[in-house]
Amino acid sequence: MVPEAEFRSYYGQPVIKSPVWHEPHMPAYLYLGGLSGAAAVMGVMAGLSGRDRLALTSRVTAALGATAGAAFLVAELGRPERFLNMLRVFKPTSPMSMGSWILAVHSGLTAVAAAPVLLATRPASRIAASLPAAVTASLPAAVTASLPAAVTASLPAAVTAVLPAAGDAASLASGVTGPLMATYTAVLLADTAVPAWHEAHRELPFLFAGSALAAAGAAGMLATPRAQAGPARAVAVLGAALETAAGAVLESRLGLVGEPYHQGRAGRLLRAARVLTAGGGLLAAVAGRGRVLTALSGLALTAGSLVTRFGILEAGRASAADPKYTVVPQRRRLEGEGRAPARAPARMWP
Amino acid sequence: MAERMGFFTDTSVCIGCKACEVACKEWNDIPDDGFVFRATSYDNTGSLGASTWRHVAFIEERSRVPADQDRDGDDGSGGIEGWLMSSDVCKHCTHAACLDVCPTGALFRTEFGTVVVQADVCNGCGYCVPACPYGVIDRRERDGRAFKCTMCYDRQLGGLEPACAKACPTDSIQFGPLDELRARAAERVERLHGEGRPEARLYGDSPDDGVGGAAAFFLLLAEPEVYGLPPDPVVTTRDLPAMWRWAAGAALSLVGAVAVSFLSGGVLPGEGATGRTGARGRRGGWRR
Ligand code: SF4
Ligand code: SF4
Repeated sequence: MVPEAEFRSYYGQPVIKSPVWHEPHMPAYLYLGGLSGAAAVMGVMAGLSGRDRLALTSRVTAALGATAGAAFLVAELGRPERFLNMLRVFKPTSPMSMGSWILAVHSGLTAVAAAPVLLATRPASRIAASLPAAVTASLPAAVTASLPAAVTASLPAAVTAVLPAAGDAASLASGVTGPLMATYTAVLLADTAVPAWHEAHRELPFLFAGSALAAAGAAGMLATPRAQAGPARAVAVLGAALETAAGAVLESRLGLVGEPYHQGRAGRLLRAARVLTAGGGLLAAVAGRGRVLTALSGLALTAGSLVTRFGILEAGRASAADPKYTVVPQRRRLEGEGRAPARAPARMWP
Repeated sequence: MAERMGFFTDTSVCIGCKACEVACKEWNDIPDDGFVFRATSYDNTGSLGASTWRHVAFIEERSRVPADQDRDGDDGSGGIEGWLMSSDVCKHCTHAACLDVCPTGALFRTEFGTVVVQADVCNGCGYCVPACPYGVIDRRERDGRAFKCTMCYDRQLGGLEPACAKACPTDSIQFGPLDELRARAAERVERLHGEGRPEARLYGDSPDDGVGGAAAFFLLLAEPEVYGLPPDPVVTTRDLPAMWRWAAGAALSLVGAVAVSFLSGGVLPGEGATGRTGARGRRGGWRR
């Protein structure tokens, strides 16, 4: 337990502003971006190692994740119709600018990579099989069957011939954007004045990478025939382990600033996420090809990854809302080092 | 580029009249910011925000009388030692986090060295809001965009001083070229020290601080946190290169984890012997 810190404030009011991002938009975007990023990498590896079914599943997951994520991102804006202003500048000092470019390229690549699948230049049966069960179930059978055929029919033969090759190339390229997609969001949060996020800038990327792997592994397990889902299970297990380890390091290293991660609503969310993720990971390790265990594990990991993102947003809000987390570390820095206030960067940012 | 302009807010002469708040609202045509009774002091504005670009903090300091001598305020003034008043505003930082992180380029640096949002570019992403180490800028939810003090960019272009400085009856808010203001502030703090007020100190005047110096700086009579100001703010982007390095490490780990998963053939303890793959898999899972 961290000893109660003495500090002064203006009537207990926060010093900094809380993140204005909404639920579920922001956490859903973090989850979907991670899912899409890790699934893209799985798609590449599955393709290279000749696991066609897993490759199809991964490509579709990556494309759906990126598209749905982008939709949440746009909906979160105060002026959604101005979304394209994100691509007005290319600004390395802004993780959100870099992220917008990563998302734009990544969603394009994953869409092209998934197009041959969705446009049925591969056998339709394989498409249906590769879609997550929930998606297929929610669409009328007639639509799933007729849509790809209709679209293909309307495309020139040349296009359909070229699509698979373009898809493979795009998939390979998404193996580069995917890992960025899954981890840049950690920099997005850390590059703020929110103490619990900023001080966690070492662990957050690993936490998010683990969470992304767990999410993508879970999607692979749920939507691929179990005999071929072995690597997806392994991805899920490694992801759950990485997320759990990064979370443990984060909470033990941050001290006072890390309090919001284990208190209040954020604490409850993150404890639930830890149980779901660790439990799901353990189940995935022993599930083998058991139908029930696989389903349980996949759902637990999906829920764990999602709840983690809600918990992290909530911890940031709690951290910003209490002046203690802003004032005390800064005071200690001033007094402990007995020096003038901190220095700005040596070099001017543009 | 014109000379860098700034505000020197000398709180030792502030009388808490809030003329600056009103002048700012009027000139900039800012909508209301809520009618809240805060029950703290003579301040129902609360804090800076999307619709509050000047905020007068009002602190009633209690004397630290030993408990046994404290007659519980029977004369009505019980233990009130003094009033602290300070008109807060955007600092127009040299290294401005809001400007660094803005993904649309809506926030920009003007020829006066100030930091201004272009309302026709901002898409309301909200990133600048938690990035500011002073909690200045905010998103106006019913409008969707972010707003903050412009140091009256329009008035400056017309050769006028900002509305708040113009309206301040005691010259607590002084506007001018930053270098001049810094020299004047150093003199003022020395004079106060000479008059037996050792608690007087400058805040945000040093180009060596965590934001590279603020264009709007203050003379305070207590620790900054008493006024709701961070004692040692640092622009968050100072650590951005380190953040990207850690993220790159995590991204590589992600690739490594996927590679290991596939190269190991995805064999986990629960997989059983590899030979059983085909038959069971097909029966249980293929949806053809
Ligand atoms: S005080 Fe905040 S809003 Fe003003 S320039 Fe500095 S970072 Fe931006
Ligand atoms: S809300 Fe507007 S001003 Fe703030 S970072 Fe986003 S685009 Fe820039």
